Amino acid sequence: MSSGLTRRSTITAGAIAAFASLLGSRLAFADEKAVEAEIKKLYGDKKLGEGKIKLDVPEIAENGLVVPVNVEVESPMTEADYVKAVHIYADGNPLPGIVSYTFTPACGKASAATRMRLAQTQNIICVAEMSNGSLHMAKANIKVTIGGCGG
Amino acid sequence: MISRREFLQATAAAAAIATASGLGPLGRAAAQQKLSQADILRFDPLGTVTLLYVTDIHAQLMPLHFREPSVNLGVGPAKGQPPHLVDAEFRAHFKIAAGSADAFALTSDDFTSLAKTYGRMGGLDRVATLAKAIRAERGDDKVLLLDGGDTWQGSWSSLQSKGQDMVEVMSALKTDAMVGHWEFTLGAERVKEIAESASFAFLAQNIRDKEWNEPVFPPRKVFERGGVKIAVIGQALPRTAIANPRWMFPDWEFGIREEEIQKQVEEARAEGAAIVVLLSHDGFDVDKKLASRVKGLDIILTAHTHDAMPGMIRVGDTVLVASGSHGKFLSRLDIAVKDGKVSDIRFKLMPVFSDAIAPDAEMAALIRKVREPYAADLAREIGRTESLLYRRGNFNGSFDDLICDAMLSQRDAEIALSPGFRWGGSLLPGDAITWEAITNATAITYPNCYRMEMTGAQLKEILEDVADNIFHPDPYFQGGGDMVRVGGMGYAIDVGKPMGSRISGLTHLKSGQPIEAAKKYVVSGWASVNEGTQGPPIWDVVRDHVAATKTITIKPNDAVKVTGA
Repeated sequence: MSSGLTRRSTITAGAIAAFASLLGSRLAFADEKAVEAEIKKLYGDKKLGEGKIKLDVPEIAENGLVVPVNVEVESPMTEADYVKAVHIYADGNPLPGIVSYTFTPACGKASAATRMRLAQTQNIICVAEMSNGSLHMAKANIKVTIGGCGG
Repeated sequence: MISRREFLQATAAAAAIATASGLGPLGRAAAQQKLSQADILRFDPLGTVTLLYVTDIHAQLMPLHFREPSVNLGVGPAKGQPPHLVDAEFRAHFKIAAGSADAFALTSDDFTSLAKTYGRMGGLDRVATLAKAIRAERGDDKVLLLDGGDTWQGSWSSLQSKGQDMVEVMSALKTDAMVGHWEFTLGAERVKEIAESASFAFLAQNIRDKEWNEPVFPPRKVFERGGVKIAVIGQALPRTAIANPRWMFPDWEFGIREEEIQKQVEEARAEGAAIVVLLSHDGFDVDKKLASRVKGLDIILTAHTHDAMPGMIRVGDTVLVASGSHGKFLSRLDIAVKDGKVSDIRFKLMPVFSDAIAPDAEMAALIRKVREPYAADLAREIGRTESLLYRRGNFNGSFDDLICDAMLSQRDAEIALSPGFRWGGSLLPGDAITWEAITNATAITYPNCYRMEMTGAQLKEILEDVADNIFHPDPYFQGGGDMVRVGGMGYAIDVGKPMGSRISGLTHLKSGQPIEAAKKYVVSGWASVNEGTQGPPIWDVVRDHVAATKTITIKPNDAVKVTGA
């Protein structure tokens, strides 16, 4: 086999190609402040409360290109009390906005699921706007790793 | 009337007594005292149910040497806790005499001389003898045999037969259920084919298809033994899609899925299960955390991290069992049930000393048959070693040093990267390096040995990323495996620091110069998880190096400086 082991047979693809391209990219990434600015655009300086939001994401992304995100907001979803909107942001992608959903009482429940691309390990921030104008926020960190080296 | 709590405490005390004598009465054997088959089998039976548990065989049909680690650091809450104890500390904790048969089986120091006294361990014909003897003693209707996975990968015959050799042998062993990890590197289609036709159940509560989020395999199975319903919930390695090439099973997602396990437990209890077992390929520390969060599991049979412990570890009302790897151990748990609940558990980690246990003739014949097509290849001697070659250890192993040396010389590289796999046999000084020995350390379905340029910054990022996968203080972020092995480059690591700041002092060993972040280096490595990786299979690279060198000598490796442990 040593005839096959020339210098030429080599600098193709390789283990860390995807990783190298990740590092090599010189895109500007969003940060926490960019997410805060997006929220401010919609809601000004309104207080963000805790609770009510169940944000279900993996601790570690199995594939950073299609990371599942499930969100459910606790609400009776009646005319008097319902979830108006849910926004999902990421603080380590080129742009902070991932998706926004709007709801009406006719939706029955305020839940949504989608997949998102994550460039690197970062926080996912979810903001829910209730019909009484109050806001809730939830946050989760998702690790994006190069993988390999299983036991 | 004894409450469940009191009973569990009594069991804990019993477990502590068993622990105090190592492997029960065996631990009191004088140093250098060999065990007989009867010694290994001796067990005071309990209740009406016996679980037999074997795991991480890594396709080792034949007896072999497997040296346990001399470096096995725990981080966060696992620091200094079993199984993160080695050598004298391990023996002190489990009350094992230095130089004893148990010390040889479970620790690493003095390995070469003890190996000459005690011989090889494992061999599935020996495991079959033990299992048959226990079935004869207890009655088949009381025995459940479970396999923790990493069974179909790790040898040339399993690679060439796509796991068929192991499927036949494990069926003949009358395995009732198994879970998977390396199995999935045979590809989704092959795994489904086996799972749907095998005589045993292939369970996984935590594998879902991406499109519909539906279970790919049955999550659990209920068995009846000794008049008792036993639910076995299967858990595949949650990080399979990260640790191994996900393009081999592109439609599947994994994850821990704690809440789903809880649901499985509740459904199993509702079905009348008196014993609920999690057959888990999570890895020990992950399962230890899981046991503190999921309620109602009686037993977790742990796997993946290759730990072997002669005592059960208790977390709340759950006991964890760690049964080693490579067929070195068979675990026996006898379980008593009272009023529909577990009232007592008795455990023994049976060491499979191949010289002490008579091989089962039927199984030996089957093993000969499945190995026959490859027998001539396997026996071929490529060279010899003057050094002890082993793999386990958090930072390096001499077998990995050999593989790195092979890549540096055969691939004309400055730096070599070899994965921190925990499987593969050990060779003693003076042993032949056969094709079997080389492939026992390299047989995977993505073996291509790449050669490419990387910058110093990229090399550091890789080390940081892998280190975080091992030394993250939260076990749910640990993937198992050991640190990537490095040839041609040294570094320092502070395992107590967070991601991004553990690694420093990268040094190009040949020149003694620091590795420069912006400079490019020629790097060779193998086991890339990326599809389409180019290069010859690693076993050919190692073979050519061994053939050219003839006699292998590995110098002590001090290129990794460890702090923060």
